[in-house]
Amino acid sequence: MSFIRPNIRHPQLKVNEIGYTRADYEGALSTLCAGCGHDSISASILQSCFELSIEPHKVAKMSGIGCSSKTPAYFLGKSHGFNSVHGRMPSVATGANLANRDLVYIGVSGDGDTASIGMGQFAHVVRRNLNMVYIVMNNGCYGLTKGQDSATADRGSASKKGVPNPFSSIDLCETAIQLGAGFVARSFSGDKEQLIPLIKAAISHRGFALIDVVSPCVTFNNTVKSTKSYDHVREHMNATGTFDFVPLKEEITTQYSPGETEEITLHDGSAVRLHKATENLDFSSRRSALNEIERFKEKGEILTGLLFLNPQTPDTHEMLGTTPTPLNKLTYEQLCPGNGTLKSINESFK
Amino acid sequence: MHKITATNDFVIKFANINGTGSASANNMFAKSIFRSGIPVTPKNIFPSNIQGLPTWYEVRVNEKGYLGRRGGVDFMVATNGQTMMQDFQEVLPGGYFLYDNTKPLAPNYKRDDIQLIGIPLTEICIQEYADPRQRQLFKNIIYVGALSYLLNIQFEVFQKLVEDQFKGKEKLITPNLHALELGYRYAKEHYTDTCGLKIEARDLNQGKILVDGNTGTALGAIYAGATVAGWYPITPSTSVVDAFEKYCKRLRVDPASGKNNFAILQAEDELAAMGMVLGASWNGARAFTATSGPGVSLMAEFLGLAYFAEIPGVLVDVQRTGPSTGMPTRTQQSDVLPAAYASHGDTKHVCLYPADPKECFEMSFNAFELTEYLQTPVIILSDLDLGMNDNLCDEFEWDDQTAYNRGKVLSKEELDSLEQRWGRYLDTDGEGIGYRTIPGTHPTKGSYFTRGSSHDEYAAYTESSEAYVRSMQRLEHKWDTAKTLVPKPVISNSSKSTKVGAIYFGTSTQAAKEAIDQAEDKQLHINGLQIKAFPFTKEVEDFIEQHDYLFVIEQNRDAQMKTMLVNELEIDPKKFISILNYDGMPITANFISKQFINVMNQDKVTPIQKADRG
Repeated sequence: MSFIRPNIRHPQLKVNEIGYTRADYEGALSTLCAGCGHDSISASILQSCFELSIEPHKVAKMSGIGCSSKTPAYFLGKSHGFNSVHGRMPSVATGANLANRDLVYIGVSGDGDTASIGMGQFAHVVRRNLNMVYIVMNNGCYGLTKGQDSATADRGSASKKGVPNPFSSIDLCETAIQLGAGFVARSFSGDKEQLIPLIKAAISHRGFALIDVVSPCVTFNNTVKSTKSYDHVREHMNATGTFDFVPLKEEITTQYSPGETEEITLHDGSAVRLHKATENLDFSSRRSALNEIERFKEKGEILTGLLFLNPQTPDTHEMLGTTPTPLNKLTYEQLCPGNGTLKSINESFK
Repeated sequence: MHKITATNDFVIKFANINGTGSASANNMFAKSIFRSGIPVTPKNIFPSNIQGLPTWYEVRVNEKGYLGRRGGVDFMVATNGQTMMQDFQEVLPGGYFLYDNTKPLAPNYKRDDIQLIGIPLTEICIQEYADPRQRQLFKNIIYVGALSYLLNIQFEVFQKLVEDQFKGKEKLITPNLHALELGYRYAKEHYTDTCGLKIEARDLNQGKILVDGNTGTALGAIYAGATVAGWYPITPSTSVVDAFEKYCKRLRVDPASGKNNFAILQAEDELAAMGMVLGASWNGARAFTATSGPGVSLMAEFLGLAYFAEIPGVLVDVQRTGPSTGMPTRTQQSDVLPAAYASHGDTKHVCLYPADPKECFEMSFNAFELTEYLQTPVIILSDLDLGMNDNLCDEFEWDDQTAYNRGKVLSKEELDSLEQRWGRYLDTDGEGIGYRTIPGTHPTKGSYFTRGSSHDEYAAYTESSEAYVRSMQRLEHKWDTAKTLVPKPVISNSSKSTKVGAIYFGTSTQAAKEAIDQAEDKQLHINGLQIKAFPFTKEVEDFIEQHDYLFVIEQNRDAQMKTMLVNELEIDPKKFISILNYDGMPITANFISKQFINVMNQDKVTPIQKADRG
């Protein structure tokens, strides 16, 4: 069952630019296990939307099936949510976006929902560069069915059952880069300082933005032999750099020396400012991103942070040439050609 | 030798090779009959192939207006060596066999009961044309020219047709007219008074059009205001989306900006196509997909979600011969049962059964109105015969006073003025349908969580048995509401009172009606009922009640519609006699009437009800 929080608020809660408090972005109480990484990600999504001053009702939360896909009930309670079927969130999000291009689409999925049953839809939503944020809460296992390995489990990693996974793993970030995503990042549920600016930038990016967030499953996959446990990720994660999200109106004052810092302006005028930790990475190069991910993998480490960014890719609507007015707002007069036209169409069938 | 003689009442069949340009020539022939003012029914019998396999085109000419297949061939135009013997055998005694006599017929082509008409198509083309492609293409036009003479179709009709067809490509008019003349002249010189089949111009096609059903469905979607189409290519449904796109480009591009007031997206599979439809419909756009049986199997998952979470969506199923891949280019009505109950758990879906392109147009509009009002998917069950063949029907009509009924959707103002707590799945006005909200409508009110898992009246997740049962019962109540909104059946009563009925739907309708007339000629009287929708309305139940026994005519092996009638209306199955055609070819009037007559004559000796009920 879902819980409803008591509606008592401190009178001096901080409000954002549009007058909402952080509490206005909350959802129902989570029913996930205590300590689940997913709850931290939900909190980061909530915080990001609050800080970006997005009206909650202008967000649509889309998900499939699984522990991760339940989370949209636990944040942004004033937004519409759609918990669809297993592995099919991308197509539902595609249809929703076609109908109304003005909303912010936040898709939440898991590693089973994306990399196994939903691999086909994931690949194609990336190809079409649908304007959405796609967050994978990646714990390398199937939580709701008690801990089976998923397709993102690393070879040799062992969950609570103790049997090392014999199969190759799918790297969703590498896949997305190859399929043409404009924004690709990896993060860790335990690192909100990294995750929140990434989510904010992903929302501001126009086009498909993937954030693959390693999110340990405390119940089934937090073992010493798991490569997706809290301890393992903390010890082996290496960030591409630190990262600031600079909203449109903020004046850029701090000066960084060239080479260390890269600033990339997004489509809406906001910017990401990167303080790179690795000199080898060119964020605008697919090849460079893939090389770096693999280079760290060879060392047994996980490269996190922004991995690839191309802010200029046309999104689905641009490719289809759709009108700027949301299709669900078009009127009868704009849609129905009327009987006069039908008469001339009839003539063509004679 | 007896020769078949008939005016405006015969069947002519063209045997061709796929990919040789025969289709446009054959279409031109059918259209010439239409423009001569005589009802005509062309059927394209084509292979699942792009080039090289046999293809046929069967045209029925009937001034009485019977539009179903009759059965039998009076005149064969045989241009395909691969099937020539089969085509030769198929001609009815007294019929005509037109062939290319550039080379003489092989000695095993022996029949003295048919009239041979040899025209040296190849030889004429070699003499006239240097380009091998032209030699191929114009062969077809030459035999059409010959038919113009043999069947007495006014040459001016063809002249006009060629001019219309090549409007904008005027250079092609003269060579096509020349080819027609070549055929006409040859036939006139060699076959004066040979053919007993004649076309006499009439004026029976006033207010009629000749168009394929898929075009009707697509136009219906345009007029219904559909803006989103997610789809995956599959024969015989592809042309629904092709036509939708064609007319969208003509009618839905914003003149000022050049931007599209529509979005058509080719999905990666039928799962995704249906997902797109539901996402868009959930978000307040009218959306549809078109597919065939194999696609419906995949879409079953999403149909269940849409049923339970109460999301609109229109699915056009242009049926083909199953099971599995079956015969992809042949027709059937074999998705009746799987469409109605698609998906796991207790699900059922509103289905509409169009019988001609005008019904495709109307039901397509109807489907969008119903799906939004009922907040449940609506499936249009067309088929290959209707969808891909040109069918004669009344002109499409649109009432400019029409306003779309978007169903129970709350606006921002309505949300503000609500006095009681809103629940997405609360049945506040007794129809079993809740009020929904579209994302983005109101900053603080009306948001909810759509899910395929069990939910209560306020859309909250629940594992309460009572809440689950309440929601399933409400869906059942909504189903009863649907019975009052779907199109009613059409009853055609016999000239004399009778206790025998016939039930038919979709493309079985035309042939069934003709068969009823054929039985009537033998003093056997049958009342007819055309089912237009599932769930069945009261009228269907009453009609069955009023008859001692009823024929159920359908184009599948398993009597799927009969099964639904028996189950849904709790009718004794012995009351029904199935007439089933499932060979992939459109059902014929002769096939149906033969069974009417057999059963009813036997019934005179031993009444069926008594015999069956013991």
